[in-house]
Amino acid sequence: MARVNTVLDVASLELRRAARVIVRDVSFTAGRGEVVALMGASGTGKTTILRAVAGLDPIERGTIAIDGLRLEAGRALRRDTRRELHRRVGMVFQFHHLFEHLTALHNVWLAPVHVQRQGRVEAERRARQLLEHLGVGERADAFPRQLSGGEAQRVAIARALAVGPPLLLMDEPTASLDPARRGDLAATLRQLASEGRTLVVTTHDGEFARACASRILKMQDGRAVPV
Amino acid sequence: MTHSWRQPLVMFVCAGVVIICAERVAAQAPTELRWGGDSEGGAPFVEADPNDPTRVVGFEVDIAQLLASGLGRTPRFIQSGFTTLDSSVARGDFDIALSGIEDSPARRARLAVTTPYYQFREILTVREADAARFRTLADLRGRRVATLAATLAFDMLNAAQGEHGVVPVPYEDDVHPYSDLAIGRVDAVLLDYVLADRGVHRNPGLANQPKEIGVGYYVGILSPSNTALRDQIDTILAHAMRDGRLEAIVRRWNMWNEDQPRLYTRLSGDGTNQPSVVGSMAPVASTWEAVRRYLPALLNATLITLTLSCVSMVLAVGLGVLIASGRVYGPASVRMVLLAWVEIIRGTPLLLQLFVIYFGLATVVQLPAFLAALIGLGLNYGAYESEIYRGALEAVPVGQLDAARTLGLSDRQTLIYVRAPQAFRLALAPMTNDFVALLKDSSLVSMITVVELTKQTSIFAANIGSWVVPGLLCGGMYLVLSLPFAHLARRIEKTWRA
Repeated sequence: MARVNTVLDVASLELRRAARVIVRDVSFTAGRGEVVALMGASGTGKTTILRAVAGLDPIERGTIAIDGLRLEAGRALRRDTRRELHRRVGMVFQFHHLFEHLTALHNVWLAPVHVQRQGRVEAERRARQLLEHLGVGERADAFPRQLSGGEAQRVAIARALAVGPPLLLMDEPTASLDPARRGDLAATLRQLASEGRTLVVTTHDGEFARACASRILKMQDGRAVPV
Repeated sequence: MTHSWRQPLVMFVCAGVVIICAERVAAQAPTELRWGGDSEGGAPFVEADPNDPTRVVGFEVDIAQLLASGLGRTPRFIQSGFTTLDSSVARGDFDIALSGIEDSPARRARLAVTTPYYQFREILTVREADAARFRTLADLRGRRVATLAATLAFDMLNAAQGEHGVVPVPYEDDVHPYSDLAIGRVDAVLLDYVLADRGVHRNPGLANQPKEIGVGYYVGILSPSNTALRDQIDTILAHAMRDGRLEAIVRRWNMWNEDQPRLYTRLSGDGTNQPSVVGSMAPVASTWEAVRRYLPALLNATLITLTLSCVSMVLAVGLGVLIASGRVYGPASVRMVLLAWVEIIRGTPLLLQLFVIYFGLATVVQLPAFLAALIGLGLNYGAYESEIYRGALEAVPVGQLDAARTLGLSDRQTLIYVRAPQAFRLALAPMTNDFVALLKDSSLVSMITVVELTKQTSIFAANIGSWVVPGLLCGGMYLVLSLPFAHLARRIEKTWRA
């Protein structure tokens, strides 16, 4: 039974890549202001779960509910469902995937202007605020290739947050960070959670998971087991 | 070491044997008369024998046979483009060129020219309905008048352009000027009456004007160092004029008329009483004088090449973007049709496509030559561009597209704001490459009567009988056109990389 403040409710989820079952019968929830860490060895399906929640990959069985929006197996996402989904979910990829031809600032205001139809000036002001909030305000005019791994990750977080989603997914956020930066990132995630956002984070790093997560799940034999 | 003297001795003996053999070969009288002509020129001059396309037949073939038998040799035909006959004979590709070659002061200045063996008149051919109003070049102010490039008639038309305001339209063959006259693409054709008669027979509704615009002569041309052979040939021609063998050949090809006996009478047996050659062009005083005379025309042709290339490229880019988008985003049926289109266009020669658009479609739609050239180049390069853009679109990392999707951008927005700008960066270098290739390929449009840089250069080269200066000038012009684009592309790439 989902809690009242549940933002993400994953139930009996099965995911496949080609014919191979990657995830079988995964169920978990994440409440508002909660950081859930998904741990497990490579290939256990952590990223696949995040991609399914973000609507990038289809669901084989089970359901995913995000802030009341249900994604079901066997159905391609309708255009309006997809629009609603992307209002609710932001995703930060392992390799950031910042748009290489745009500055950090432009990466952040692109979706507010073209998806949410915000005015350009207002969107740019908010984007700058977000970058400053995440400690990369002075890098607003740099291109992605000019950013360090940590800076690129913060810009990617700002880009995902710019459309104001209640749920933020982060795939292996510590992969390209040194230990000092990992500590900074854990603090940032706790701060975002304290502002009322829900975060689901995949990681190999137990120390990082313990530093930032309110709950840790471990992927084992295609299932998510509480640690 | 005791036999160290043997090796030099063997080499010396071998060298001696080689020299003696070479001298014997050189001393032997040649057994062949290698003669050059352009079988594309067709009947009655030189054309492939319909019964055996490996052989050639025609008026010039018989003349070559006459000369060869007089020299005690066997004639051997060597195919050469009409506009390069002068250069080829000068560099020794064959002994003599015979292909309806017109006598001119410029030719006499730089080659060994035989006695004229045929006299012709340049006449105007018009549509029957225009016969009363277009009688002379002066009547054709502002009108398009077709002819063959690099001929006496073309020189006359160029002179008439300044004098009477006619618009010369040079063709590469003697068939399409008349078919284009019949369908109204040009208003008159100026060529010799041998060709005009054939044109009128092939195209009902055309009429030859009786008044001659000029008189010319067909001659054989030889390398300037080959005057001994030229003198032998002149003697053979003089004999053939007297004993009726030349008349028999001319009659055989239905080219006999009252001008020929007059020509034979005027020419004495020793060939000293040459008829005065006509031609609007005086012999070239110097190369620099020729450059000065041709430079405005070359600059104008350069402008045509640049305009043609730029507009064609814009068309190609637009078409390429549409095809690539269809191939990446379209349903299977659209992808299949577009793939077939790209393969057809890429798999067939650009020249063929230009012919189909300009000549093949003429019965349905008569496109002006420049427009046909634009469409032909645009369609052809559009297919190549589409493959560049498709490859570039597909080379944009999937992660970028995933990121765009998670931000809620639609497919269209993803294409416009994320995928296309990144693909464009990947496509810029091959696009620049294609533009430079297009700039050079634009020379093919001369085949559909557009006089661009290479065509103007070949006219220039034919006139002065050398490709050195015209070739250098032409190459320089192409570099001046292409280098700024290559430089601009490099600067843009550098900015993106910074």
